[in-house]
Amino acid sequence: MSILIKGGRIIDPSQKMDEKANILIENGKVKSFPKTTKKLEQDKKVKVINAKGKVVSPGFVDIHVHLREPGFEHKETISSGCKSAAAGGFTTIVCMPNTNPINDNASVTEYIMLKARTEGIVNVFPIGAITKGEKGESLAQIGEMYEAGCVGVSDDGVPVMNSKVLRHAMEYVQAFDIPVISHAEDINLSGAGVMNEGEVSTQLGLAGIPCASEDIIVSRDITVAELTGARLHICHVSSAGSVRLIKAAKKRGVKVTAEATPHHFTLTDEAVNQYNTNAKMNPPLRTEKDRLAVIQGLKDDTLDAIATDHAPHSEDEKKVEFDLAPFGIIGLETCLPLSLKLVEDKVLSLNKMISKMTNIPSDILKLGKGTLAVGSAADVVIFDPDKEITVDTDMIHSKSTNSPFIGWNLKGKVEHTLVNGKVVFSA
Amino acid sequence: MTFQRKHILGLEELSAEEITLILDTAESMKEVSERDVKKVPALRGVTVCNLFYEPSTRTRSSFEIAEKRLSADVLNFTSSHSSVTKGETLLDTARNLEAMGASVIVIRHPLSGAPWLLANELDSSIINAGDGSHEHPSQALLDLFTIREIKGKIKGLKVVIAGDILHSRVARSNIWGLSKLGAEVRVVGPPTLIPKYLKQTKAKTFYNLDKAIEGADVVMMLRIQMERQDSEYFPSLREYSRFFGLKRDKLKKAKKNVTVMHPGPINRGIELSSDIADDAGSVILDQVSNGIAVRMAMFYLVASARRNQ
Repeated sequence: MSILIKGGRIIDPSQKMDEKANILIENGKVKSFPKTTKKLEQDKKVKVINAKGKVVSPGFVDIHVHLREPGFEHKETISSGCKSAAAGGFTTIVCMPNTNPINDNASVTEYIMLKARTEGIVNVFPIGAITKGEKGESLAQIGEMYEAGCVGVSDDGVPVMNSKVLRHAMEYVQAFDIPVISHAEDINLSGAGVMNEGEVSTQLGLAGIPCASEDIIVSRDITVAELTGARLHICHVSSAGSVRLIKAAKKRGVKVTAEATPHHFTLTDEAVNQYNTNAKMNPPLRTEKDRLAVIQGLKDDTLDAIATDHAPHSEDEKKVEFDLAPFGIIGLETCLPLSLKLVEDKVLSLNKMISKMTNIPSDILKLGKGTLAVGSAADVVIFDPDKEITVDTDMIHSKSTNSPFIGWNLKGKVEHTLVNGKVVFSA
Repeated sequence: MTFQRKHILGLEELSAEEITLILDTAESMKEVSERDVKKVPALRGVTVCNLFYEPSTRTRSSFEIAEKRLSADVLNFTSSHSSVTKGETLLDTARNLEAMGASVIVIRHPLSGAPWLLANELDSSIINAGDGSHEHPSQALLDLFTIREIKGKIKGLKVVIAGDILHSRVARSNIWGLSKLGAEVRVVGPPTLIPKYLKQTKAKTFYNLDKAIEGADVVMMLRIQMERQDSEYFPSLREYSRFFGLKRDKLKKAKKNVTVMHPGPINRGIELSSDIADDAGSVILDQVSNGIAVRMAMFYLVASARRNQ
């Protein structure tokens, strides 16, 4: 079966392509960009998707997702996470190791890969833990996990606080040319904090996490990356200080990349008012000054990629006292419209926004995705950037609905998502 | 004006007019407490549940007496031997109490925002009896009532709040209440226990008790939580008491007729030297008895607002 996507605006930053054109998909791969389609349309073996007025781009790549399986299947499974991804236009997702058991050895990696192959409808790449049990003490089976399919290492929500252990990890990963991915937080300084430390936390009487908590570890990680020459990727940058530190490090040639999330460039800590646990995440939502710094960081490419940090939690877990609620919000299905807001606000061009969701994140982890080059896997998203949607719990495909954006009216709707030439989502 | 609120969650959300209305209502409630038969039927047929997740004999007793003087049916629920130990969530516990007929729930909880969770999910009226480090509205209202009673006004007074502001719900509620009613609020304590972000409240920050106390009309001492001394907030109780405890000589800087208050229970010799505590004793006990009148007023107004809705 062949698929012809007809008449859309094809934007593929990997090929610097932005034009009204057609794509022909054959055997799961991008075959060509035919100039005329009449003959193909008459061929009964060719399924035609009309993309007139729509944007056609490489399927989005999210390098920061939590799929919760194994261990927390009541929040999300590899299957439901993939459905949520497809509905959000993502064709490739990279999942963090904080499952139960933790993905710190090849057998867990293999389990995830197997489940993803049999039940997943999008491409899934796992991240392995840096240390055994994410305890920050001794290195996990990094080489074996790499062989089994891991594309990077991270202790995720728990930073490696011991700088010597981090140094060894950063030295060791270079044998496999994978990056160390950092959740930058000084856990001692964060203490019992549950939201950003500032006026809002003071008013609400909630313990705060200061920006310095993030800035200190960003600074330390950059320093260790400089010492070792390792590739460092910094997750979900939330503070103006981090943006400044990463910018300076890049300028002097440190191999550091970084990502921003839609919630950090859209919301501030004001969203926590009335103890809204769907606005509880780590790093926490910061102040307007930080939000603007993150946006500026995306604009000047200090922040390379957009990632969601999709972190599903069940409603029961979130409907409790603010201190007791887990950190995290879902993000796969709201990422596109929230990112398009940056385009509407003229912060990013549509091309640049797409690039930060396709080829750039793919390059950071060397996934070989995020492109529509002839011969590559036909992972495609077709979306209408102007169509209005209202985010509601019924339309969410994730098992969890913990989102502060429920009820928001946004622009940007995914119409079709294709993975390896197969339609895996249609609105 | 009439009171329109179904819940009383904190002083931050109340307007100056609403606060004044509560204080005025408390005046007539105080009169009830001075009668031989200290009981009126305002809450007859209403079931009030005191849901206390933190031990507090003083506050709970004060609420209970207020409820009984208004003829409410009272149910006391404390967490120590309750479903909490069986793992039931706060929301489920409260829903059960509501199903049993409680239409007003007074909640005291160690975590900030717990009353908001109930207010957002239940039909009952929620009265905050202290949540985490957030607010303690009934305490602040009784402090305001006591100040107004002694000084005849609140507007223009210089009020010092001293001690652990960072963790104090009493301080937060009082800062809101006092500044809304036009007092000048000064907070003082070791810098580790003063939040860095008080700008929006207009309170002035001091780290030196002598300076803060200059010209003060009222000095409100906060209770120091003994466990804080193990958490690097200050080197020792001895040092705390030396620099931030209130002693006779320090009080000389204040106005001559300065009023010293304390929400109790007092750590004698630490935040207050014993002689001051005993001098201030009458006010501190006034605070306690005014607490009943203020809480009666809170119930009375919330119940009327419920009926009118």
